[in-house]
Amino acid sequence: MDSEMSMTSQAAHGHHEGHEEISWIRKYVFSTDHKMIGYQYMVTSLFVALFAFFLMVLMRWQLSFPGKPIPIFGPILEKLLGSSMAPGGVMTPQLYNSFGAMHGTMMIFMALVPALFAGFGNFVVPLQIGAPDMAFPRLNMASFWLFFVGVLIMMVSFFVPGGAAKSGWTSYTPLADFADMGPGFHPIFNGQTLWLIGMAFNITGSLLGSVNIITTIIQLRTKGLSWMRLPVFVWSELVTAFLLLLAFPPLESAAIMQLMDRLFGTSFFSPEGLIINGKHADISGGGSSILWQHLFWFLGHPEVYVQILPTMGIVGEIFANNTRKPLWSYKVFVYSLLAIGFLSMIVWAHHMYMTGMGQAVTSFFQIFTTIISIPSVLLGTVLLLSLWGASIRFNVPMLFALAWLPMFGIGGLTGLPLGWTASDVVLHDTYYVIGHFHYMMAPASLLALFAGIYYWFPKATGRYMNEFLGKIHFWPTFIFFNGIFFPMLVQGFAGVHRRWYDGGAGWQMAQNVLWLNQVMSFSAWALAIAQIPFIINFFWSLFAGKKVTDDNPWQATTLEWATPTPPGHGNFLHPVAVYRDPYEYSVPGYKQDYLPQWEPDERLSKEGKLSQVPF
Amino acid sequence: MEIPYTVTARPDTGLYNAKVGIWLFLASEVMLFGGLFSAYIFLRLGATHWPHHILNVPMGLFNTMVLISSSITMVMAWSSLKMRQFSSYRKWLGITLFCGVLFLSVKSVEYKDKFHHYGIILNSGQEITGHLAMTEEEAIHSDVLKIKPDPENAGDFLFQLKSIFSKPEGEEKVLEIPKKEIRWWSNFVPKYNTYLATYFTMTGIHALHILGGLLVLGYFWGPGAALYRTNPEHLANRVEVAGLFWHFVDLVWIFLFPTLYLF
Repeated sequence: MDSEMSMTSQAAHGHHEGHEEISWIRKYVFSTDHKMIGYQYMVTSLFVALFAFFLMVLMRWQLSFPGKPIPIFGPILEKLLGSSMAPGGVMTPQLYNSFGAMHGTMMIFMALVPALFAGFGNFVVPLQIGAPDMAFPRLNMASFWLFFVGVLIMMVSFFVPGGAAKSGWTSYTPLADFADMGPGFHPIFNGQTLWLIGMAFNITGSLLGSVNIITTIIQLRTKGLSWMRLPVFVWSELVTAFLLLLAFPPLESAAIMQLMDRLFGTSFFSPEGLIINGKHADISGGGSSILWQHLFWFLGHPEVYVQILPTMGIVGEIFANNTRKPLWSYKVFVYSLLAIGFLSMIVWAHHMYMTGMGQAVTSFFQIFTTIISIPSVLLGTVLLLSLWGASIRFNVPMLFALAWLPMFGIGGLTGLPLGWTASDVVLHDTYYVIGHFHYMMAPASLLALFAGIYYWFPKATGRYMNEFLGKIHFWPTFIFFNGIFFPMLVQGFAGVHRRWYDGGAGWQMAQNVLWLNQVMSFSAWALAIAQIPFIINFFWSLFAGKKVTDDNPWQATTLEWATPTPPGHGNFLHPVAVYRDPYEYSVPGYKQDYLPQWEPDERLSKEGKLSQVPF
Repeated sequence: MEIPYTVTARPDTGLYNAKVGIWLFLASEVMLFGGLFSAYIFLRLGATHWPHHILNVPMGLFNTMVLISSSITMVMAWSSLKMRQFSSYRKWLGITLFCGVLFLSVKSVEYKDKFHHYGIILNSGQEITGHLAMTEEEAIHSDVLKIKPDPENAGDFLFQLKSIFSKPEGEEKVLEIPKKEIRWWSNFVPKYNTYLATYFTMTGIHALHILGGLLVLGYFWGPGAALYRTNPEHLANRVEVAGLFWHFVDLVWIFLFPTLYLF
């Protein structure tokens, strides 16, 4: 069957499929429709984010008021996790550690990446490239369920004896090799082992997902959608998918080796002569913890770009749409994405300056860490200059996207001192590091996440989200994000260590900055309250929001707005073709201020007919 | 709704979807085994002592031959399908499956052999390897370990070859070592040393890949072959993709064999 036939058959059968009776469970649970899988990813990861955020809120209580019982939630924790974990509602160091580890793990691997990469990726990418679905719909379903099982395993691990993993989200060895191995140790049902197993599920799911996304983008682009006509979000997803595809497997092999260490007494990551609990560790010896760090950060570094790259795509889409002009330089944007993707794979050891690597190796990683700021700044410049001379529409998605820009700037610039050994030696493992990466992970990633939700909500549901509620969600969120993370940078300069259970109270030098703990904690609780309008808005709009009257409510140019709202199974009613670049806004001489990619216009384009559009 | 290019190739890429998918998946597999191989290099460079000639080279060599043959028969199976010779396809794929099973059987014999091979480290630091001259149960409870030490030429190719088919005609003398002179003793399990840890981890994951490949190929030999009646080209594509995976797994073994057996 040639492509023309597949196009017509898709048109002929395409929309019928949507009307066929599908059982409830096939439609909403074991769905193979990319949009439903996108929703599943989004909803699951938003719940995980809320849960992991909640862990942080409790930890912030402990940091502000060390050793004091937590009001309201303390007794609940004591009941749920036992009095050894939270006696009298007071958080124990073990509980604090496991909350810290799980907050990091869940936020990064099970909330942000699934939401930004898989949630938006699944929903938006096939629509933006004019495809009927992902290339492998059943594999897509498998990816989601593997991820879901991973999440369940992580959640369950709170309730095994000894509690959830405590070795941080990086699971550093040899600590992680021997964690939870006290009396009553069960080989499988202990926090650290379940962490490894949960991660293995999560990794496998994201691997299959990235294979699917890349294949979809390569193979299912519709007629006329050449590479340099792809919307920037599709580009960002493509680069992200390649990072996940190539960087995650080494961590999977590392996880397998750590499982061997924990279950079979091998010592890939533990040196000889370890004394644990006063006893000589019963292992063969000869391993190296630095090996774990290399394998972990070979993923861990690209992983942070896995979160920030899709946000760049989302922000690019929203900027182009709401400035009503083409992105200032589409090609610079795209090549910057590619450069960042490539460079992120060769800078991982800048997390390891303190391990005593040689000068030559350190120089290599310093140089490339610094070089990576060039495409990042280019990218920010593209967005900034896109605002030049624009009559900006300040709707809610645009507010969030605009706020992304300075947050990304702060996050990026605070990274530079950590990329150079001289300053890193001072700042390593202080709250400065926490402040730096949270600016990327929390304000930047989450603001773009919200921007994307507000932007694509009308397409997904057929209803707008409320603008007013959106604005009272936006302002406190933006302010309190900074209230939490900016003081961290200050505390870091005072040398407050990132893992101190008492928030620095026991350290003389930190006394001047201790009051900031309360600023941060109050900001965190205020941020929690600021999410209530969003939650109300989300569910209220789902059922009672203002109805969308046009398939293209934002007057956008990219292909996802050419579908019915909400799109049925098979997406497009007619075969679509693409005639021009993605962001043709305010084209001189055209009847309206946007010229969609799918609209043939004899006057502006020579390629009028579908059959003339080249691949 | 129909996904384009599941059977036919997209004109500008020249590939059908599954082929793009499998190449991407194999790229990730390269990185998975790459992680293990780099761990091997990293640990070996830092090791003070690295054991040699613990593994049975003739067996590994035989298994290498088996896998290479299976790759050839895999191609024959696919090309038969392309030429629409169904019975020939069944025959060649059957041989491929047989080779895969044979590989796993040989591998399990090797594993079993390791679990019955013992190493003893004396208080002086000297290491003695060999087979127990008593049952494991006795060895655990007795005060003395009786062991038939490996002969000097145990690492020789010919000796190893003979040992597959008959009891090795080494020194039959039995050493009796009092336990108090022993610092540590164990059979050759992953815990024994870093070398065996890498050996069991890498070959174990490789064996799991073989097993997965066998399940997929078995499906296309049996129930999956029904697709031939409705869409032979689709079946040929699926077999091609499965075959690419199979070749990849063979290729990994071709790296594993010298790395673990010879160097």
